[in-house]
Amino acid sequence: MLGDPIPKKADWMDDITARFKVNWPGFALDADITIPGRGVTALFGHSGSGKTTLLRRIAGLERAPQGFLSVNGEVWQDDQCWMPTHKRPLGYVFQEASLFSHLTVMGNLRYGLKRISDDQQISLTQAIELLGIGHLLNRKPDRLSGGERQRVGIARALAVSPRILLMDEPLAALDLKRKQEILPYLEQLHDELNIPVLYVSHSPDEVARLADHLVVLDGGRVLANGPLTDTLARLDLPIRLGEDAGVVLDAKIGIIEDDWHLARVDFSGGSLWTRDRCLAVGRKVRVRVLARDVSLAQEHPGHSSIQNVLRGRIDAIANDEHPGLALVRVRVGDSTLVARLTKRAAAELNVALGQDLWVQVKSVALME
Amino acid sequence: MILTDSDLQAVWLTVRLAGIVTFILLMLGTPIAWWLARTKAWWKGPVGAVVALPLVLPPSVLGFYLLLAMGPNGPVGFITQTMGIGLLPFSFWGLVIASVFYSLPFMVQPLQNAFEAIGDRPLEAAATLRASPLDAFFTVAVPLSLPGFLSASILTFAHTVGEFGVVLMIGGNIPGITRVASVQIYDHVEALEYAQAHRLAAVMLVFSFLVLLSLYAWRPNPKKG
Repeated sequence: MLGDPIPKKADWMDDITARFKVNWPGFALDADITIPGRGVTALFGHSGSGKTTLLRRIAGLERAPQGFLSVNGEVWQDDQCWMPTHKRPLGYVFQEASLFSHLTVMGNLRYGLKRISDDQQISLTQAIELLGIGHLLNRKPDRLSGGERQRVGIARALAVSPRILLMDEPLAALDLKRKQEILPYLEQLHDELNIPVLYVSHSPDEVARLADHLVVLDGGRVLANGPLTDTLARLDLPIRLGEDAGVVLDAKIGIIEDDWHLARVDFSGGSLWTRDRCLAVGRKVRVRVLARDVSLAQEHPGHSSIQNVLRGRIDAIANDEHPGLALVRVRVGDSTLVARLTKRAAAELNVALGQDLWVQVKSVALME
Repeated sequence: MILTDSDLQAVWLTVRLAGIVTFILLMLGTPIAWWLARTKAWWKGPVGAVVALPLVLPPSVLGFYLLLAMGPNGPVGFITQTMGIGLLPFSFWGLVIASVFYSLPFMVQPLQNAFEAIGDRPLEAAATLRASPLDAFFTVAVPLSLPGFLSASILTFAHTVGEFGVVLMIGGNIPGITRVASVQIYDHVEALEYAQAHRLAAVMLVFSFLVLLSLYAWRPNPKKG
């Protein structure tokens, strides 16, 4: 239905651009975003923020009268044309796995596979292996657990060799244990496949673990759109993360101290000690540091139960949601940490922009 | 043999009529039911009401209008005469057409319920897996609503077997052509042949019970995907 589009500029070819405007009574969406055509982009927001609507527009499951959508150089929608969902080379994972109950797991996996041309990048065996569902192939969906169903749903979406993978809160319908069961598979997907992923979520934890790029939606509007680390460290955004406010650092395992079962993770600007999780030295990891676990001091704290002490410089101060709290952003080398303190503590410390002080990090969460 | 030759002829005619009507309604009722289940158009209501009319209308009313339409001065009669088919009333095919109208809701409504029960999600999933709407209909919607197809067909067949008023209005009582089992029983009673009426009535009773038994005893579990 489309000829070869002529790229207007070079970077257009590996971007995803979406412009949609919806004005329904009680709900409006006004989004105009360009996001990288690789890696995992999280569409983050609370329910009613428009993230799922945006994803469904991108999939073509809801028809938008006006809008523009191009994926890595291919126009899927503009003023003249609108490509129906079944012609878009995408994979879609629904919140509930939505498997076909009349087919076996294998039948589900082959359903899309039968309908694509042969030039597939991802083979069925690879998808089965990646999601660890080899032992389930002959079962019917009603003989699977919730977590297994969702893994089959993801494998089914991958089996069509999509050029973009759209995931609509794939973990939201699962309990904590099932989430923990699936997250490693999603992380592996992130590492091993070269497909851009759009991941709708309202869970800060999932976003911190999986995303490279973050789009924050609120009330149908785009509040922020940028790399994960930068966006999480922005204090001017009302990202209502509440207790979960914090930053993510890209790091790698530096040293392992077997005697104490500790591992040192090195990030650009310093290092932090954390519990050893049997990861090899040199392995790339992601570290999440919550604002509530970071405290500030003018003097070096000396002997303290908090062993992670870094030197940093304040580069932003903002009010937190609670009137008694403040968020302080501190630069440590090339990286950024955010600390949450009471306003009284901030006054006693005389926090000011450009001030150098000691940063204590009580705990960090290591994510592979 | 408990049934006479003319009884058997009537039974065979009834089965043939019901079979043909069920087949035609499967072809005709499925798209109507699909449309009713999925449309958001405002005239879904009026169309649904028209489809349901035969449920409440006295068969004689339906038969009367069909007789007028298919008669020599009716629009359908005009068309069939110009096409050289002649007139449909008091013929087997006239009976078929009348029965199609008469049994329409018994095919459409169970199918519509079955289609509505599937919801949008499996079809959306099929679309994201490259299936066109028609493809998704045959490979997802039909298999998922197979129980609906089965009960709609059984109900349509059984309801056509049981029709009487429309047959009398449209078909009359011509042996081998329009004299179905229910009319045959009526004839026996009119002629005070109670023994024969009993036999045929008993056959109909057992048949109807078995049909309903098959519907109620066989209830597949709705499975979640």
